[in-house]
Amino acid sequence: MNPSITPAHDTRPQLQLLGISKRYPSVIANDNVTMSVMPGEIHAVLGENGAGKSTLMKIIYGIIKPDAGEIVWQGRQVEIHSPAAARKLGIGMVFQHFSLFETLTVAQNIALVMGQSPAQLAQRIRDVSEEYGLPVNPHRLVHSMSVGERQRVEIVRCLLQSPRLLIMDEPTSVLTPEAVLQLFDALRKLAAQGCSILYISHKLDEIQNLCDSATVLRAGRIAGTAIPKQESARSLAELMIGKELPSCRLLPRTPGDTRLALRHLTLETLDPFGTKLHDISLDVRSGEIVGIAGISGNGQQELLKALSGEIRLSDAAAVQLDHQNAGHLSPAQKRAAGLCFVPEERLGRGAVPELSLAENALLTAYIPAYGSGMLKHGLIQNNVMANFAREIIARFQVKCGDEQSIASSLSGGNLQKFIVGRETMLAPRVMIVAQPTWGVDVGAAILIRQALIDLRDQGVAVLVISEELDELFMMCDRIAVLASGQLSRAIPLAETSINQIGVWMSGDFNVSGEIDYV
Amino acid sequence: MSRFEARPIPSRRMMLGSPLIAACAMLLTSTILFYALGQQPLHAFYVYFIEPAMTTYGIGELLLKATPLTLCGVGLAIGFRANVFNIGADGQLTMGAIAGACVALYFQDAQGYWVLGLMLLAGIAAGMLWAAIPALLRTRFNTSEILVSLMLVYVAYLILSYLVHGPLRDPNGFNFPQSRMFNDHAILPLLMDGLRTNVALLFALVAVAAAWFFCSRTFAGYRMKVSGMAPAAAAYAGFSDNANIWLALMISGGLAGLAGVGEVAGPIGQLQASVSPGYGFAAIIVAYVGRLQPIGVLLASLLMSLLYIGGESAQIELQLPSAITGLFQGLLLFYLLAADFFIHYRLKPKFTNLTPLTPVALVTPPMSPLP
Repeated sequence: MNPSITPAHDTRPQLQLLGISKRYPSVIANDNVTMSVMPGEIHAVLGENGAGKSTLMKIIYGIIKPDAGEIVWQGRQVEIHSPAAARKLGIGMVFQHFSLFETLTVAQNIALVMGQSPAQLAQRIRDVSEEYGLPVNPHRLVHSMSVGERQRVEIVRCLLQSPRLLIMDEPTSVLTPEAVLQLFDALRKLAAQGCSILYISHKLDEIQNLCDSATVLRAGRIAGTAIPKQESARSLAELMIGKELPSCRLLPRTPGDTRLALRHLTLETLDPFGTKLHDISLDVRSGEIVGIAGISGNGQQELLKALSGEIRLSDAAAVQLDHQNAGHLSPAQKRAAGLCFVPEERLGRGAVPELSLAENALLTAYIPAYGSGMLKHGLIQNNVMANFAREIIARFQVKCGDEQSIASSLSGGNLQKFIVGRETMLAPRVMIVAQPTWGVDVGAAILIRQALIDLRDQGVAVLVISEELDELFMMCDRIAVLASGQLSRAIPLAETSINQIGVWMSGDFNVSGEIDYV
Repeated sequence: MSRFEARPIPSRRMMLGSPLIAACAMLLTSTILFYALGQQPLHAFYVYFIEPAMTTYGIGELLLKATPLTLCGVGLAIGFRANVFNIGADGQLTMGAIAGACVALYFQDAQGYWVLGLMLLAGIAAGMLWAAIPALLRTRFNTSEILVSLMLVYVAYLILSYLVHGPLRDPNGFNFPQSRMFNDHAILPLLMDGLRTNVALLFALVAVAAAWFFCSRTFAGYRMKVSGMAPAAAAYAGFSDNANIWLALMISGGLAGLAGVGEVAGPIGQLQASVSPGYGFAAIIVAYVGRLQPIGVLLASLLMSLLYIGGESAQIELQLPSAITGLFQGLLLFYLLAADFFIHYRLKPKFTNLTPLTPVALVTPPMSPLP
């Protein structure tokens, strides 16, 4: 066990939660949650989507007021009314989604919270950031920084306020493997000085590597506590989902004919913060899953829009579907040619938040070529639409009221199951999926991956773009890396390793001359 | 500190309740207003809101004024649902009136109701044509249809002014800026003797029913709804932006043009220097008060019509200035937009101050072991 967990000078808990409950009209987010965090302890909070982790953290950070229960901070009962009150107590939080102004410098951003001038802060920012091995240049503009660097800014901003408890919500979802290790070193150093850390993550291997203890939430209640280092990833996952963990199976298969081909795809971007795509070539064949790894912001958005038709290309031959030029086609025309697409943003792009699931089924199933029969002479066939939605819900185990539930009432994982299900049921020839399990819990993630593998086994050409290397290694036949708008060659999984792909993700791959067409 | 927090799901109760809240707030404010103007509020309310609807004739007038408001409002609502903001319905209405009048005056001596049919078609076409300008500029050059359609309202007013002062002026009209009166075959038939309500009301009701069908059952209506609610989802699904813009502006322009013919071929009976007391603008309020739903628009236009007529009787009976009508309309929209905020947000009650208590006894939480 980590020696820092019991510092000699203090043996009372830094933070205790006693019987915290929070009810919303339709769900109980937290039900009588009791836990404690010792000084210098790195404490994991584990749970599926909707298990109530985020609500609990927001209660500690003063964003949400609990309906019942007590918070005891350093032995005193406190009420935390606002994030400012939490910060005053010494509680800091780093959010999954950053809260930085892109057009300001690092020092200016931090000064906004600290109430000191950027000039006064610059030296302290440098000192603190170097002390913890998270170097940050205070004068850089935030928009020029990578996601990992931005996260450092967020962490340094918390550290400058000398927190006694740091809450981290899925901090590694956007980091390269190397940056993750750097972050862990910094967190360990921080914990050694007596700062407690509450660490929320889906990634069980990270928790085993980093955390001293873990509290597992299931459906708003404490499902158990564990010492992660003494458990296997599997036993932790089973504690989270409350049943035996299903797994997905990828059996070797000989791929068929090329269905989706990219040929020297080059794309200038109009967005000043966008990424140019440079000379991208790739083949995806029938019956194989090709993964594209890489950190978001390296051209993923642009590539996906070029593939889906949301950006139309002047070079029609740059994208080919079934050997037909398709670069110039609109999204509807691409879909008519057999392409289905699951975007990264579920609410607002993959589904309309205010519409029912049945109406969201129509969103893409209207294409006549899919033959869903939802439209007759331009009129919506409500019963066909509802039946289709019901079938998705049943086949993909979407947890919801019924097909008339509105999309925004579903949890992220369930909505993703619905969207993947919708696209799958349209019998695509080519399926493109962006971040299939981003923010999705373990059980749903396995179901989604298995659905994609099933598609592959039926002979569909599947392209998956994901930041999660583990996921790509679990389900892909071949894998390529997108970095700074350039794509590496796609190599069979057997010939590479997570480490090699990790190196490639930093942009260090030899692009020229190595592209092998299949 | 009290603050607003986003609701997890938009409140349906608030969505339906907000027009009522707005109407109540409007009445409350006007109570203060009437006091300040030296009027008995209850009497003023009676004159303003009750008296106009007490007689059959009054109800006929109410329906008469509600007709152009409904026609314009239904068209605008369809566009607003798709985030296409046609602000220039009054201009399209004016152009419709001009086109209808031109047909009526050209076939001055013709007999038969085909003239009326031709007038209606010409009015619809002219409204569509006038709305086609912002549609073309928006789809070709990405200009704002809000600004273009608004500016074209004033162009239409000036064209009307030129015509009634010049080419279309009644030669026997003592130089008044108005055209000849239309002949009987160019006037919409009345629905009931003694009332001024004409068949344009039926057109409005048909438009409401058709719009309801369009919005709830057709795929084109669905596409427009999606574009308005989630533009990125519309792009993802492959819905064409340009098709929506054209459709929205053609529908709203055409209906506004029809409303214009309804005015000149109805209560006015000729072309005058002004054919609309701002129906096209009031229809914007009507569309939002009606929650962008066709049936709602019908109800909202009755309310708005009451504001118009009540304003007139307030001028006559209470000697209040004519600005009172605009004021009531403005208050209604103002309160509606404010109340609409609560569809997506709610007020979090005020917190008490941070008061750390005395230390409590340490409690060791029960830890359940791994199963």
